[in-house]
Amino acid sequence: MTWEAVIGIEVHVELMTASKMFCGCEVAHGGEPNTRVCPTCLGLPGALPVTNRAAIESIMAIGLALSCQVSPRSVFHRKNYFYADLPKNYQISQFDVPVCHDGHLDIEVDGAIRRVGIERAHMEEDTGKSIHVGLGGRIHSAERTLLDFNRSGVPLVEVVSRPDLRSAAESRVYAQELRSVIAELGVSDVRLEEGSIRFDANVSIRPEGSDALGTKVEVKNMNSFRSLERAVAHEVERQTALLESGGSVVQETRHWDEESGVTHSMRVKEGSSDYRYFTEPDLVPLVMSPEWVAGVGARLPELPAERRARYVSQGLAPSTAWVLSGLDPSLRVVYDDAVLSGASPQAAANWVTGEVVAWLRRSGADAAGTALDGESLAELIQMVEDGSVSSSAAKELLDGVMSGEGGPRGVAERRDLLQVSDAGALNGVIDSVLAENPRAVGEFRSGEEKVVGFLVGQVMKATGGKADPRLVNQLLREKMTG
Amino acid sequence: MAAGIADAGRLLRSGETTASALLEEALDTASRTEAQLHAFLTIDSGGAREAAARADADFADGVDLGPLHGIPVALKDNMCTRGVETTAGSQILAGYVPPYDATVVERLRHGGAVIVGKTNLDEFAMGSSTENSAYGPTYNPWDLSRVPGGSSGGSAAAVAAGSALLGLGSDTGGSIRQPASLCGVVGMKPTYGTVSRYGLIAFASSLDQIGPFTRTVEDSALALSTIWGHDPMDSTSHAGEYPDPTAALGRGIDGLTVGMVTELSGEGFEPAVEAATGDMLARLEKAGVGVVEVSLPSFEIALSAYYLIAPAEASSNLARFDGIRYGLRVEGQTTEELMARTRAEGFGPEVIRRILLGTYSLSAGYYDAFYGQAQRVRAAIQEDFARAYDQVDVLVSPTSPTVAFEAGARTSDPLAMYLSDICNIPANLAGHPAISVPIGLDDSGLPIGFQVMAPPLGEQMMYQVAAEVERQAAFVIAPTAVEMAR
Repeated sequence: MTWEAVIGIEVHVELMTASKMFCGCEVAHGGEPNTRVCPTCLGLPGALPVTNRAAIESIMAIGLALSCQVSPRSVFHRKNYFYADLPKNYQISQFDVPVCHDGHLDIEVDGAIRRVGIERAHMEEDTGKSIHVGLGGRIHSAERTLLDFNRSGVPLVEVVSRPDLRSAAESRVYAQELRSVIAELGVSDVRLEEGSIRFDANVSIRPEGSDALGTKVEVKNMNSFRSLERAVAHEVERQTALLESGGSVVQETRHWDEESGVTHSMRVKEGSSDYRYFTEPDLVPLVMSPEWVAGVGARLPELPAERRARYVSQGLAPSTAWVLSGLDPSLRVVYDDAVLSGASPQAAANWVTGEVVAWLRRSGADAAGTALDGESLAELIQMVEDGSVSSSAAKELLDGVMSGEGGPRGVAERRDLLQVSDAGALNGVIDSVLAENPRAVGEFRSGEEKVVGFLVGQVMKATGGKADPRLVNQLLREKMTG
Repeated sequence: MAAGIADAGRLLRSGETTASALLEEALDTASRTEAQLHAFLTIDSGGAREAAARADADFADGVDLGPLHGIPVALKDNMCTRGVETTAGSQILAGYVPPYDATVVERLRHGGAVIVGKTNLDEFAMGSSTENSAYGPTYNPWDLSRVPGGSSGGSAAAVAAGSALLGLGSDTGGSIRQPASLCGVVGMKPTYGTVSRYGLIAFASSLDQIGPFTRTVEDSALALSTIWGHDPMDSTSHAGEYPDPTAALGRGIDGLTVGMVTELSGEGFEPAVEAATGDMLARLEKAGVGVVEVSLPSFEIALSAYYLIAPAEASSNLARFDGIRYGLRVEGQTTEELMARTRAEGFGPEVIRRILLGTYSLSAGYYDAFYGQAQRVRAAIQEDFARAYDQVDVLVSPTSPTVAFEAGARTSDPLAMYLSDICNIPANLAGHPAISVPIGLDDSGLPIGFQVMAPPLGEQMMYQVAAEVERQAAFVIAPTAVEMAR
């Protein structure tokens, strides 16, 4: 039998708001444990939550970027479970009325566009962190557990996809694309290694052609796109082997082990109603007026998909558009400004994705601080096109500009990179080259066309490479035939 | 002893007394009566003396911080006080010292009040007799063999005995009004959301409301004017206008209509209570008030709805007491065992009963039948109230079906105990203001309270009627048991 994988991805994104979801404590990474805490995020008796409006605007932005509906009214619920790093022993989350619902994200896999449904994006608070001390740091063998509540109450957005993904590769591309959209919005630093964006996968398989859904397994603990892809691929294989050998899949949560490349059972999944969800009585419902939503929508930046479409409409190949779109924003500004200053989009894109990126990689410099601006790039491209500099000299010219030596014209002069394009200035050199090479002139006149190349080379040598070879070629022919 | 807050205010401002003298009098009363009453869990005489001295210095400098300036106040021990132990009457919070003040405590301090100490309560405010305290019961100053009511029994007894001129309590299902009735003082639950809950150790968040115990209706309005107001730290805090609660106190009530709730009479109501209530209605009618009978059928199922909603919220609110970060810790082999042992040892039987009840009613498959259904009853109660207020200005009833009952009489019968609050719970479920005013004594000399309920933010009219009830009753607060003990 041929099996089809059915995959949905849940993504948790920590927002980088100035303060936490329900209190005034600062949101930041690192630092001494338990220094960014207060009665509310420590769950002290009597403390109450107050909703952070900036976080609501962030989730609205995420929802709008994913073409979701924003609910006019949304409600917080309590998700009740006991855990040492969950200070109230309930998490303020959302249940049946999330802030955003019913959107989609388009991804490109093997050149084809796939639309992945977004079921919902809801708002919740993060937990603290448990640090297991002693005997290898594993929970079951630890001597003791230390708790750090700096992360407790950090705003968390959970984006839940529909089970529209069909392979491990699609799952990875979806996660990458979602991350780039959120990065673009600037609402999270989306650092995988810090856990500010985290992925869980719901994986099931079914006979190809079937519409029914198989028993799903939730896979957790993937800390890179590669491990997400590997974990999903492994889980699909595991389930396939299980079903083909006559076994059945158990609904459970499995833990991905990066080192051994397998998933382990964590716990058999309990029904979600065991969380005893009920409306959070300490918070009033969120009301998102059409004006508020429109205001957030109006401030949305250009999203990656929109940007790629724009690049393609400017004449770039889709692959170039994809590469350019993924570059540092300051480099995209260089591209946009160069085009505005008259450079051809293809030339500007070639330079930015090629030499500019290569130069930054070589020098280790930060793209954001580059001395290159769009106007300079356009001027450089123009100088190549009108023959003021040769294409090899242009690379040196770029180095000068990016090293902060000034504008292209000034750098070319100071570094002596300009081609001699003045016929008058070349006449003397050409005359003496012709006089020194009578045999070559004779061969040309008897029909040996290719000897021109040799003569051009002699002129270039005599000018130290600064002559415009096209002009030299033209002048040589004129003189020998004239 | 000053007759109350307003009286003390006049004496303080005329120089006839000082905040320190008022405090010493209160501390002296407490020292003579506490052995019998056990109204307080903590008396902070050091902090109180400093605050009183500061108030006296203020008055000498011409600084006047308002009606509670220099007034001795007793706080129910479920309101967080920075640096002063706050237990909520539970073993699980024994020794817990909050690092912050509740908003209401901050407002008292800014208003120059002198906080005498923290009063006894049923554990986590769950009870109607103050017998569920982990630190032993409080007794009724009118009869030491009887309960003061609850859960704010400590504050009620302290104000009745004169150990404070103002007591603050919290009222989730009658926990201010019922003990006020049983102790013969004025007790008032404001409109939900008008007094900040920030720093009040939660029992049932959608019902909890802080309010004052005082000796007079005017004092109640004065206290409310200081403690209420919008608080950005409490999302459920009322953000609109706050009418001056004292504005209508002097106004006559000629032409107003009061509605007697028919469901709050009959079976279970003591004859003396019904007689006193009827007598008061007759007096009000004579004073020019229209009196009609009003039926609010949903009141019959209010108690059942309350005992689904309040425990459900409590089961979640009390989850944080787990031995991990503060309070009692009973060690275990695993984190789960530590939490379970701490909770099993730290909570008393009534609290455990309600946590189980609440956990059950929120559980898979039962939510709709229990919690969901109770919320629908709540909506029906609000509709019944709205219909009634189309016909009448305020609703009235006895505050409690009985006078103070014997200590121990209902501790083994939770249902009988729950019925003590039958008259009070509808106002909590609707979020409306209500007050209990003492109107007389039964044959054994035990106080009887009269309840006035008003529409949301209808505190002015509620006080207007309550002041007339007080005038008609001419009740004298002279709790015989502790008076004799002096």
